[in-house]
Amino acid sequence: MTEFLMPSLGADMTAGTLAKWRVATGDTVQHGDIIAEVETDKGIIEVEVFESGVVQRLLVSEGERVPVGTALAEIGTRGLGIGPSGTGSEPEAGVILSHGASDVPLGGPMASPAVRRKAHELDVSLGRVRGSGEQGRITLDDVRSAALPAAASSERVRISPYARRIAAERGVDVSVLRGTGPGGAIQASDVLSAKAAPPSKPASSAERMQNAIAAAMTRANDEIPHYYVEHTIDMGNALAWLKEVNATLGVSERLVSGVLVLRAVARALQKHKKLNATWQAGKVVPSDEVHVGMAVSLRGGGLVAPALRNTNQGSLSDLMARMTDLVSRARAGALRSSEMTSATTTVTSLGERGVEAVTPIIFPPQIAIVGCGATLERPWVVGGQVVARPVMRVTLGGDHRVSNGHEGARFLSALDRLLQEPEEL
Amino acid sequence: MTSEEIRATLLKCLSDVAPEIADEEIEDEMDLRDELDLDSMDILRWVQGIHKALEVEIPEEDYGKIATLGEAVDYVAARV
Repeated sequence: MTEFLMPSLGADMTAGTLAKWRVATGDTVQHGDIIAEVETDKGIIEVEVFESGVVQRLLVSEGERVPVGTALAEIGTRGLGIGPSGTGSEPEAGVILSHGASDVPLGGPMASPAVRRKAHELDVSLGRVRGSGEQGRITLDDVRSAALPAAASSERVRISPYARRIAAERGVDVSVLRGTGPGGAIQASDVLSAKAAPPSKPASSAERMQNAIAAAMTRANDEIPHYYVEHTIDMGNALAWLKEVNATLGVSERLVSGVLVLRAVARALQKHKKLNATWQAGKVVPSDEVHVGMAVSLRGGGLVAPALRNTNQGSLSDLMARMTDLVSRARAGALRSSEMTSATTTVTSLGERGVEAVTPIIFPPQIAIVGCGATLERPWVVGGQVVARPVMRVTLGGDHRVSNGHEGARFLSALDRLLQEPEEL
Repeated sequence: MTSEEIRATLLKCLSDVAPEIADEEIEDEMDLRDELDLDSMDILRWVQGIHKALEVEIPEEDYGKIATLGEAVDYVAARV
């Protein structure tokens, strides 16, 4: 059994509101299914599950706000013939299916009914308890030990559903409460004796989003040792090719220049793998896949930067269709969790607003960002002659913890070369 | 098809692309890019919507002729 946790959907997200369940107890889910909607400061995000199995229990009710890392549901794999890693192997330990008010054990670790009752009372998942009894049998002491607050599990708030409901009603932030119940669990009395948050005018969604952006950018400025390199790219070949191709395509299949830039960035990341990574828990985490982030401004104010997944794959028409869909969903507030967390490098373009150059800030935990200015006719030397050419200034912001200006400059040179041969993209 | 009917259709297509912009906010002489914050992808999706609704195909080189709603109404009226 695995726990489906409140994901971190942004650099500074500490909590989210479970807006809606898309599944019920007993439903079968597949890897990649959207099973919940979570409201964050950046809008409603559709959250996918990355295990296949059966929903055993929904642990958080719709409307509840819980910290990142809180278990939202339990997903069991028993009966599907697949293990947690999808390899199809041993029975999953500790699976308990909810049937109405009673929990019915369906196998898993050996534990007496009393132990199971105690585990339920203390909110301990038996699948995570190592039994010290005969033949690995889980004892009451094992459950009590598992319920004790430990450094590794301190991020998860232990709280009864009743106490959580009262906290939500009274506006009490449970993440700052000290529980007096078993294992440090927060009880209703803890909530009742806590001070409710002072009533204040709630921030609008636009204000919350701007605050979230500000927090993420402050963190980025504080933590990431940025460097910048700049390059001017002759876009003449790319635009001429695009014009020629669009003239042969129906209206519904036309491409925009942004799709060429995104594809070229993805291909350049393939060549310069150092920039295709994230920075997590103090170290570089390389990515095998290429998911380029795309900054999308929202007309009501605000900014989101979802990933256009597998940006290096498929035809340009396919990429164009996916980009259109992504932008539409970003503006409609219907992004998915995988799109909010998988990018390594984001492309931000303000060229359409006439800006010549952009010096962007990296979105943590990403480690690079590409800023594109306007494509403008400028004097350019071609074959010893000064001619007017459409050129675009591109700026790479890199993270010195991961790469240096030399690597960044080579990336931009690669990007330039790729855009000179648009037919190869 | 009257100009008013064309205008209503173009507004509907625009609303599909940018539902956050209320019809009442859009005046015929407003620049769609500068004043309504549409980008090239929005314009393309609008052109696609117009094609679907009225079977009028607007080539890329004519995008400059539909910079405002009023211009677009005139452009389409001459071709529908």
